[in-house]
Amino acid sequence: MTPAATLTLKNVDKSFDRNAVIRDVSFELRAGERIALLGHNGAGKTTLFKMALGFLRPDSGDIAVLGHTPGSGASRAGTAYLPEAVAFQKALTGREVMAFYARLKGADRKRSLDLLERVGLSDAANRKVGAYSKGMRQRLGLAQALIGHPKLVLLDEPTSGLDPVSRQNFYELIEEVAAGGATVLLSSHALTEVEARTDRILILSKGQLVADDTLAALRARARLPIRIRVRGTDGAADRIADRLGGTRVNGCSVELYCEPEGKVACLASIGELGGLVDDVDMHLPSLDDVYRHFSGITAGEV
Amino acid sequence: MFTRIFTVAGQELRLGLRNRWIMLATLILAAFSLALALLGSTPAGTLGVDRMTITVASLASLSVYLVPLIALLLAFDAISGEIDRGTLLLIFSCPISRTEFLLGKALGHLMVLTVALVIGYGSTGLLLYAVGAGSPAGLADFVRLILTSAALGLAFLAVGYVLSALTRQSSTSAALAIGAWLILVVLYDLALLGLLVTDTGGTFAPHVFPYAIMLNPADAFRLFNLASLGASSLVGGMAGVAESLPFPPVAALASIAGVTVFALCLALVRIRRITP
Ligand SMILES: Nc1ncnc2c1ncn2[C@@H]1O[C@H](COP(=O)(O)OP(=O)(O)O)[C@@H](O)[C@H]1O
Ligand SMILES: [Mg+2]
Repeated sequence: MTPAATLTLKNVDKSFDRNAVIRDVSFELRAGERIALLGHNGAGKTTLFKMALGFLRPDSGDIAVLGHTPGSGASRAGTAYLPEAVAFQKALTGREVMAFYARLKGADRKRSLDLLERVGLSDAANRKVGAYSKGMRQRLGLAQALIGHPKLVLLDEPTSGLDPVSRQNFYELIEEVAAGGATVLLSSHALTEVEARTDRILILSKGQLVADDTLAALRARARLPIRIRVRGTDGAADRIADRLGGTRVNGCSVELYCEPEGKVACLASIGELGGLVDDVDMHLPSLDDVYRHFSGITAGEV
Repeated sequence: MFTRIFTVAGQELRLGLRNRWIMLATLILAAFSLALALLGSTPAGTLGVDRMTITVASLASLSVYLVPLIALLLAFDAISGEIDRGTLLLIFSCPISRTEFLLGKALGHLMVLTVALVIGYGSTGLLLYAVGAGSPAGLADFVRLILTSAALGLAFLAVGYVLSALTRQSSTSAALAIGAWLILVVLYDLALLGLLVTDTGGTFAPHVFPYAIMLNPADAFRLFNLASLGASSLVGGMAGVAESLPFPPVAALASIAGVTVFALCLALVRIRRITP
């Protein structure tokens, strides 16, 4: 039995003042999944979240949140949200903020205060939120989102402003939440930020969903070539280029590309060159390369 | 439902008590009322009227200016400020209805206002009573003043919410709130006075004027308080109007309540359409 769908979009379109922002987007998220929604600035990620929350209505298409209309009491009761650039009342302390949202969500206040500790804010719990750094606000926002037991957790650029340790901590927390059966949908503008810590990747480009798969499958589908740079011994670069193909990049190196399947064969032919070769560098396509491939951005942009 | 309303109200109460502007306004209220109580001491003995009653009469006039100001100060960024700062996004994603949100705000702000009034006026009343300057009846006048001031404040809170829900920037709604205070508290009376003076046909004074007074919560408040003090002989001006009205002064309270409910509904209609 497949787990129940927590968020379903069917042919959703949305435009602002005739500018299409979301175009014919469909996907289905299931319980226990961690999904990254990737897209450049202005791709429509925040708009998508706001539609799932019922703040914006799609022009056409259907959205169901936990089987209910977005924005309805039943859908909001099971949904948690961390807005991009989250803000709180500056005059309140972290503890007061948590108590406030726990009461609004009808959750246990004591348990929600433990969350402050989970995100590493127990020392700052009694300080005014106005004095928090951006990363601390972000962590408070995350703690707030995990109050109660949300079935669908929507996090809009949750890791922006977090230092590497906090980010690590963040993904551990997300893993726990998903293991508890919740769907976690988080957005980001870079694949490197979500690392390999999500189960599935959606890529939004100019409002269109251009990819929906696991990272491994996306890598395989992209069939991006491997870049190999061979540095020759003195004066050998021309002969290396003759034997292997590829292009001279500076006085002594040659750069060539090979398909993922041709990797071993390519390395073997380099081996045959013997003494001509001084050093070999192999560059596998990075997460950014994969992302760029799908979102149709050329290396110069972003 | 009530938990959520009280949660929002509790937060507003907390924020209000931490707001320096509100603190300042409370101090001003207390300072003015003490000053009026002390200044009012001279004629009291000679007229043979309860000194507390006289003080309440002058405080009622003070309330007309200060209470709407404090209320608008509390309310002007209730909606726009939260949109501006981005806090509304989070609140509206929680399982709270927009009606509950508005009612919670209103209740919280009303509590802040009541605290300010009890401190500002209550201290004066108790002081006068303690030094033997008034009777229990005078104390009752003080209680009535505080309660009706709170009602007046609620009406202006509601007006403030409407203005706050009209815009997305708190600076804009601050400007609107100042405008509303000037118009409703200052210019409205001047306009009525001007119309009374230039009224040659004699239809304005009996047929329009009483209703025009009732429509503005500030005027309705003054009318009710001065009428119930029987203080028209003490304080001239509008107080004399009360006797010539085609309805009892209690109607003024009903009118304040009506304006409050109307404005709250208006604010709610706006808030429901907001994209945070
Ligand atoms: N309220 C709005 N009115 C008009 N245009 C908007 C509004 N909100 C977003 N947009 C436009 O929609 C596009 C997508 O925005 P957004 O969803 O915020 O992108 P992202 O979160 O992926 O950076 C942008 O071009 C933005 O200018
Ligand atoms: Mg965004």
